[in-house]
Amino acid sequence: MAEANARPENRPAQNSQIKNDPTTDHSPGPATNETTQDKAAPPTREKAAQDSAAPDKQAAQEQQDNVAQEKAAPPAPDETTKPASTRPTQATTGTAKRDNKNHEPARLEVRNVSKSFGAVAAVQGVSFPLHPGEAHALVGENGAGKSTIVKMLAGVHRPDTGTLRVDGSDVDFSGPADAKAAGIAVIYQEPTLFPDLSVAENIAMGNQPLTRLRQIDRKQMHANAERLFRRLGVPLDPTRPARGLSIADQQLVEIAKALSAEARVLIMDEPTAALSAVEVERLFAVVRSLRDEGAAIMFISHRFEEITALCQRVTIMRDGRHVATEMVADLSVDDMIRRMVGRDLSALFPKQEVEPGEVVLEVEGLSREGVFRDISFSVRAGEIVALAGLVGAGRSEVMQAVFGVDPYDSGTVKVHGRRLKRNEPRAAMAAGMALVPEDRRQQGLVMDLSIERNVTLPRARKLARLGLLFGGTEREAAETWTRRLQTKLGRLSDAVGTLSGGNQQKVVLAKWLATGPKLLIVDEPTRGIDVGTKAEVHRLMSSLAADGLAVVMVSSELPEVLGMADRIIVLREGRVTAELTRGEATEESVMYAAMGQEVAV
Amino acid sequence: MSDTRPAWRSRLTGWDTIIAVLTVLVLIIASFSVENFGTSRNFTFMVLDLLPIILIALPMTMIIVTGEIDLSVASTLGLTSSMMGWLWNQGLSIETIIPLCVVIGAICGVVNGFLITGLGLPSLAVTIGTLALYRGLAFVVLGDGAVADFPWNYTGWVTGTIGDGAVPNVLILIVALAVIFGIVQHATPFGRSLYAIGANAQAAHFSGIRVARTKFWLYVVSGAVAGLVGVLWTLRYSSARADNGAGLELAVVAAVLLGGVSIFGGKGSLPGVLAGVVLLTALQNALRLEDVSGQALNIVTGSLLVLSVLLPNITTAVRGNWHRRKLRQAAAR
Repeated sequence: MAEANARPENRPAQNSQIKNDPTTDHSPGPATNETTQDKAAPPTREKAAQDSAAPDKQAAQEQQDNVAQEKAAPPAPDETTKPASTRPTQATTGTAKRDNKNHEPARLEVRNVSKSFGAVAAVQGVSFPLHPGEAHALVGENGAGKSTIVKMLAGVHRPDTGTLRVDGSDVDFSGPADAKAAGIAVIYQEPTLFPDLSVAENIAMGNQPLTRLRQIDRKQMHANAERLFRRLGVPLDPTRPARGLSIADQQLVEIAKALSAEARVLIMDEPTAALSAVEVERLFAVVRSLRDEGAAIMFISHRFEEITALCQRVTIMRDGRHVATEMVADLSVDDMIRRMVGRDLSALFPKQEVEPGEVVLEVEGLSREGVFRDISFSVRAGEIVALAGLVGAGRSEVMQAVFGVDPYDSGTVKVHGRRLKRNEPRAAMAAGMALVPEDRRQQGLVMDLSIERNVTLPRARKLARLGLLFGGTEREAAETWTRRLQTKLGRLSDAVGTLSGGNQQKVVLAKWLATGPKLLIVDEPTRGIDVGTKAEVHRLMSSLAADGLAVVMVSSELPEVLGMADRIIVLREGRVTAELTRGEATEESVMYAAMGQEVAV
Repeated sequence: MSDTRPAWRSRLTGWDTIIAVLTVLVLIIASFSVENFGTSRNFTFMVLDLLPIILIALPMTMIIVTGEIDLSVASTLGLTSSMMGWLWNQGLSIETIIPLCVVIGAICGVVNGFLITGLGLPSLAVTIGTLALYRGLAFVVLGDGAVADFPWNYTGWVTGTIGDGAVPNVLILIVALAVIFGIVQHATPFGRSLYAIGANAQAAHFSGIRVARTKFWLYVVSGAVAGLVGVLWTLRYSSARADNGAGLELAVVAAVLLGGVSIFGGKGSLPGVLAGVVLLTALQNALRLEDVSGQALNIVTGSLLVLSVLLPNITTAVRGNWHRRKLRQAAAR
């Protein structure tokens, strides 16, 4: 993700994509989108592209006007505030809808919706409307519940309580097909096209036009696809296979698919995360024109400049709860960030003050092509260092490279001054390193194996006598640690997959603490576990540090980071953007660094 | 084998046990109903028939537990048999030839291991390829001919029995190797790591297990054992031929799966596999005594292979269905 984004950091919030350099990775041939062109391409090409988009030429012209206006009028011009006269030839439906949208029912309404997974309440009592002709941003930290909302709207999850309303009447989606039938289309960050089918076939999937003989009408199918692409103003060839399309083009195909299904609500879950600036602007031009034609759009992004450039309304979520729904024009970026993170640190973090000892881990200039660059930091005994940042910033990748499960291209990793062999987890383990990985199910545990086998897996060699393992030694070792961590389990010989998430996490911790590490790396140590176990894990980490263990914690939860860490290293798109001490760090300063905004005073 | 007693109890209803019981039943029924089945002469023959399958099944079990497969074993056997004949014709002594043949088998395994773990190719495709390749090489080495004049003391040892009783000499070899492989698979860190690799290779990697290296060595061992079996096969029939052991990989894989090893990796035990091999061989032996043709024997092998994969799946499917129905009823209420 990070590598695909060639955007320079710390741009002023507004207009960054509009001003962007046209040379940044602009894969799909002659670019298509009028708005981009008028800034990015030489005039001759612009003209040609416009001619090719003849049927929509006029609308295109308006788009240009709109963008020009936006550009001319920072900060954050709200499109709805623009005089209608700038769009004299706007399709009348669109204009009409926009003008009286407050009088008609919302296209889609989320009403007091809650959803829990086990003990974790992902979404609690969230309400907001999506109006036709309006782009609505949904923002929040990692784990704020945005994706759960998207999945409920897509029919993947069913709300536990609360209702969804489409055009004023209650709906109950029993599956994605129902949501689709209700006119809701979801476009995910990674599009899900069939790579070996043609673009037109992908668009028509499940809805193919038929000839009289019940054969698929390929001619009609291609004509439909071509018509959709003309409407979107993108020059994609409907007959080419989907394989090899850039992610940006794949998203446009998804949008075309949504249009062909006559979707009236378009939900976009971080669509821009993997796009270059030019591609983002082209996507936005398409989305704007759909919006102006009366579609209701929900847009999720971590980039505030995109939200201010595209959206009229914003809903802010925090910890699964609804914080505010307001007009974008009424909020500054600062306001949004503050509301995303502004929570009381009610959860107690039992951090003990420890005098840091000698340096245990030294990472210098660690780089991996396209993943992270020039990462340097050190960790002392007794210290808890947190790696903060957004999902996809490269935090886990850095620590996995340090531990040796992933490779790196250059740089050094030293433990107690001795350089570690790269890409060799055994060397890291021998040096006293332990990694509690991010993905418990895939990386942390072998679900089918018993609890005791899992606990003893990394040190089976040390437990062996004369090369042989005896059940007794294994069970004893497993029992010591699972009991110390107060793991609730039936028998040690049960498959570890039968435990709850929190207890599984304790088994992973037991597995690594049993190796007697000097340096413990924990990646999202409390993800998806209940509050009680969370507090236990925090207490454990704190007491381990007090005993002289060096701890590196990767976490997306700001309160956890602020509550537990002695030092915080913030990563953004594979680079260190800030290193803050416990005293300096606030929710705002960490979020600013994580999102690439200037640190406000 | 460090399971607690309750786990043992659940194992009693497991596939291993079913197969073991089935094996004993087949042996009992056959010795009563099939003429000559229970004789000591037939026992010797059965052990000799058992020999190649059981020896190759030992490393094959480990490979399948890690979620891979080696289909080239029978061709490796054929190639070493050919090489043995050719080297004998070159005038090398049998004492030199035997270890050399094991090394040749190991080299075949190195090639497989490199293609699979070094280049990351799927083992199914690679070993189907080397299945054809090694057999082809075997014919290049020896053509359609056969070499037969191996020293009688060696051929005699392979077919002979201990003190002219009923226990064949090779049974010592089988027991010794089965014990070694059994201990390695079930009571060493290496054996533990095989199950972790088969069940979740990524988690194994994150636990410091060298996944690729482990698999590589398994292929080398598999090749070496196939080489050894090539030697034994040649000595037993006193005939080095390029087509020796053709199709044996099918019987081995059938026996391993019949023994309760999951083709998807991560599950299975060596005792189960041993029972599977005995069941398969006893059944074939009994049928042969009843004058059933070789083609029909293939039908038995094939059917058992399909059944061994099908039956555990059916039981899970039935259990899952039942579970779902219960859930549905609960939801309806």
